[in-house]
Amino acid sequence: MATTGKVLSEKFYTAMKKLEPRYPNKKALILPALHEAQKEHGWLSKETLEDVANYIGVHPAQIREVASFYTMYNLKPVGKMHLKICTNVACCLRGADELMEYAEKKLAIKCGETTPDGRFTLSEEECLGACTTAPAMMANDDYIENLDINSLSDFIEKNKGGQA
Amino acid sequence: MSVEANTPVTKLFEPHFWKDSNRKLEYYLDKMDGYKMAKKVLTEMTPDQVIDEVKKANLRGRGGAGFPMGMKWSFIPKVDKPKYLVINADESEPGTCKDRQIIRYTPHALIEGIIIGSHAIGCKHSYIYIRGEYAREAKLLQEAIDEAYAKGYLGQNILGTQNTLDITIHRGAGAYICGEETGLLNSLEGKRGEPRVKPPFPAVSGAFACPTAVNNVESVATVPFVMRMGGDNFAKLGKIDKSGGTRLISLSGHVNKPGVYEIGAGSMTLRQIIEDLGGGVWKGRKLKAVVPGGSSAPVLSADEIDVVYDVEPLQKVGTMMGSAAIMVCDDTTDMVKLLLRVTKFYAHESCGQCTPCREGCQWMESILHRIVHHPHDGKAKPSDIDMLTDIAGNIGGKTLCALGDAAAGPVISFIKKFRPEFEAYVRGDVKERVRHA
Repeated sequence: MATTGKVLSEKFYTAMKKLEPRYPNKKALILPALHEAQKEHGWLSKETLEDVANYIGVHPAQIREVASFYTMYNLKPVGKMHLKICTNVACCLRGADELMEYAEKKLAIKCGETTPDGRFTLSEEECLGACTTAPAMMANDDYIENLDINSLSDFIEKNKGGQA
Repeated sequence: MSVEANTPVTKLFEPHFWKDSNRKLEYYLDKMDGYKMAKKVLTEMTPDQVIDEVKKANLRGRGGAGFPMGMKWSFIPKVDKPKYLVINADESEPGTCKDRQIIRYTPHALIEGIIIGSHAIGCKHSYIYIRGEYAREAKLLQEAIDEAYAKGYLGQNILGTQNTLDITIHRGAGAYICGEETGLLNSLEGKRGEPRVKPPFPAVSGAFACPTAVNNVESVATVPFVMRMGGDNFAKLGKIDKSGGTRLISLSGHVNKPGVYEIGAGSMTLRQIIEDLGGGVWKGRKLKAVVPGGSSAPVLSADEIDVVYDVEPLQKVGTMMGSAAIMVCDDTTDMVKLLLRVTKFYAHESCGQCTPCREGCQWMESILHRIVHHPHDGKAKPSDIDMLTDIAGNIGGKTLCALGDAAAGPVISFIKKFRPEFEAYVRGDVKERVRHA
């Protein structure tokens, strides 16, 4: 029998059912559950966290406590295309600061903000583990490496209109 | 690059990099003698024999601490409890991106290593904790795991034996501290990734309060090679006492050819790595500094790089090999700004449990911030430099985990070796902002 929560769909519960046998207890499913839940709306609303808490069987505060520890769980809405530019040492040595400045100008937002049309969110990211192909950024789940102003500009242009 | 049939094997991983099709099971079976050792280990060797072979190999952990792997496995008690082999694929130390190469191109070496390691410690369910950002890599790894399940290398009665082994990928979600093994275990259990008080050590009470070995990706992926070559031969790939085999090095920053390179342990100096592998400092510039082992490692100045690149020699010159991530800085690098960037990272990533680290990292960041951004308006004072050193000295060694030391080491070493640059800032004597860093 399919269970659904207030906001999470059946897809979430089906995915979690599959994972359950892989862990000795249900609490260990909190991180996978938050990842799965975030897929639905791109971020974790209060209602989403409550659904996750109900599913795991803990108080919502416990879910929020965990979710707020990790940078990849979005506790507020993000744009369709979330650009995360790495500005850590290896990227910084190869010009990440200029890329960030350029992106802010090009998108007319500050780092940490979302464009008014909801298409782009721009964030600064700590080391992505792509140091030998620096500078690097993430665009949603994809890595874009060996970035320069031109490729960053092209990427933003390409994702401006149409489907993100 | 390919290894000729008759040349002695000196590189284990690198020849297999860069071709997507190499990650497939057929390639691993055909070209790398895949899963033969897993079968041999399961059918012919006792756990103790496996551990002895790994001890003979002088295989040290590739994650940062360099702890002998055979020893780590031997700590797992033979008690009647589930035991876990947890793979650390968090790869979070800034500068490091070698495990990603293994996951992308030789994932089956990791899986075979897990089968062998699980036999050694009595594990029936292994978790691979992979950093959340490696979403694509997690998918590739899952595909490889699925291939192994389909062939009966994983699951029940694996490789025709009575053994059971499952592997589950557990994705992190963006937290440097989860590369610390007990922070990782808490994260695996669905908690905040805060490091635990030790003891008890994970070998006694790790994942889900059961005996656990936490090993780095490269360490475990190397184990099938150890078994193929035999521990003694493997040890000989290393050119220095106590370090066997090869090391994958992530070389980044201001070099002509950044990349992931493989060398025999201790077979090259830092200078040789930068010049021969990295093609020297870029743009014809001179070398200024090298961060030799991930951003936590104390910095070396240009005249300190004639040091053999391995654990003990680097310790002797006051730094560390860490995860073998080398970041090179040319002579235009602004070391004060670079230290601000490094410190900002640790302030951001401190989990907040221990006061010296939580408070100290923030203070160091804000002092460095005023030095860098207010050199002319009197906000930064000459006494700030010694204050930084003082704060760093009160963090190192006073925290539950190594993040405190990781944050303190760069501050102390940058100031010690590049003090005139800091003094110029606090005097308001900064002529031109240097572009990089």
